[in-house]
Amino acid sequence: MRALGEMTRVEIKLFAREPLTVLFVLVLPVVVLYVLNGVFGSEPPSPTVWEGLGAVDFYTSSYVALVAGTVGVLSIPVHLAGYREQGVLRRFRASAISPVTLVGAHVVVATLTAAVGAVLLSTVAVLGYDATPPRNWPGLIAAFLLVALAFGALGALLGFVLPTARAAQGLGVLLFFVFMMLGGAGPPREVLPTAMARIGDAIPVTYAGDLLRGPWLGKEWDLTAATVMLGLLLVSAILTVWRLRSEESM
Amino acid sequence: MDAAVTVRGLRKRYGATVAVDDVSLDVAGGEIFGLLGPNGSGKTTTVECLQGLRRPDEGTLSVFGFDPCAEPAQVRRLVGSQLQDSALPERLKVWEALRLFSVISPGGPPWERLLDEWGLTGRRNTAFGDLSGGQRQRLFVALALISEPRLVVLDEMTTGLDPAARRVAWDLVAAVRERGTTVVLVTHFMDEAQRLCDRLAVLLDGHVVARGTTAELIASQPRSSAVRSLHRRALTWASSTWWPASRRSPSTTGAGSPSSATGPYSHGSLMRWSTEAWNQRIFELSCPRWRTPTSPSPPRRHPPTRTDRDAGTG
Repeated sequence: MRALGEMTRVEIKLFAREPLTVLFVLVLPVVVLYVLNGVFGSEPPSPTVWEGLGAVDFYTSSYVALVAGTVGVLSIPVHLAGYREQGVLRRFRASAISPVTLVGAHVVVATLTAAVGAVLLSTVAVLGYDATPPRNWPGLIAAFLLVALAFGALGALLGFVLPTARAAQGLGVLLFFVFMMLGGAGPPREVLPTAMARIGDAIPVTYAGDLLRGPWLGKEWDLTAATVMLGLLLVSAILTVWRLRSEESM
Repeated sequence: MDAAVTVRGLRKRYGATVAVDDVSLDVAGGEIFGLLGPNGSGKTTTVECLQGLRRPDEGTLSVFGFDPCAEPAQVRRLVGSQLQDSALPERLKVWEALRLFSVISPGGPPWERLLDEWGLTGRRNTAFGDLSGGQRQRLFVALALISEPRLVVLDEMTTGLDPAARRVAWDLVAAVRERGTTVVLVTHFMDEAQRLCDRLAVLLDGHVVARGTTAELIASQPRSSAVRSLHRRALTWASSTWWPASRRSPSTTGAGSPSSATGPYSHGSLMRWSTEAWNQRIFELSCPRWRTPTSPSPPRRHPPTRTDRDAGTG
């Protein structure tokens, strides 16, 4: 536990020294929210788009999901793949720092980072653009934790599967834009072409946004979204453990 | 003294390549044991198996009575290591690395003392990515010693260090042994092995081809198959690399036996010349990319002379 705590402390520092990740996770979603609100903010709620919600109410939860997704598919894989590529993981293993401790530290850092990003984004949305404040705090926190842990586990899996940090960064940036454009944080699903809408239905950030939106707006939980995120968490965690064991037996 | 490390019949392959084949060795507690050999000879694979970082295909290993495969956590608590080709996060500062490792592997001296002992105080707040090669090596050795382990594995410890830093590192390794710590030193520097090691094993192509004290190995070199093999490598490499193309015959450019690699020079003169090279640093000779500024001038500047060629008879 002490090892996990110290490793987490170090990884938080390292995260703060990584300008690209800070930009993608903490700054870019706020900037895009600002732009989208400028474009759609004055539109009255319409039954044909954004599930009948106001634009800023719909986008705020989608962007919180996007922050957690970005940490998962961009920050964690780049760090872990880089660690494997450069021999950092080997150095840690030789010093009794288990990969599980390292992954645990990264998931904790990812969750904390996503939480900071979510608070920043929500504050801007509520204070700056009159978004609806969260109605069900305990539900929202639980949903957020599930979302952050699921994306953290996905990130760990990608970090141990992708061969290099460059490959992880390439895939991460690609997934970031797919998540943003097709996962509820871009054009409304209702106006997307059918093929793109189907892609949107297949990516986890869509369900993460749906899951957060329920408690945020005081509506019922989206059980399908909860099941998808729980499944993502379990499958990613199992595959990561399998991957670590297969690497240990080499 | 009790054995710190016992290896019997170690075999490890990567795909079709056999990295280590039937390696057996014993390291006594409190000694500095050298693993000497050129690139690709299996030294690093052997010590990685010892630390539980690789799983051997065959053979048994014991580190202070623990099996590195079955009990890796126990082994890693007793072993400190400076690994070849490893790194730390680029933005991690020197003091943060020492503190992290001291928290994770407690029981050793205060990390501030190691910072001072290894001449890193001035680089305390420098990120790992901004350290020079020598500073990185010093940091790795300091990290290897942070838990005051019973066994320290130093893999190419002084590669990249300047001459002064090498001497400091040697003194510190000797001091580590004085405290009763067993050291396994992986090196390709003959002078380093001579200076530090109580005993050594020479690895070549995954096999232990010679073992003993440095004095025993050097005394036996004219009759040693290991040295003959190294001579052969030196000759082949020299014939294809150092000699002017105009003085090379077609038979000198390929790998093969000494007799096929002698070209226009007599076998005897080349044997004498390659023996001298062994006495300088045979492994640097056969692997020129390892040469450091501290190495003696390569034999390119001292090719066999026409007189040598004519006089030698073997």
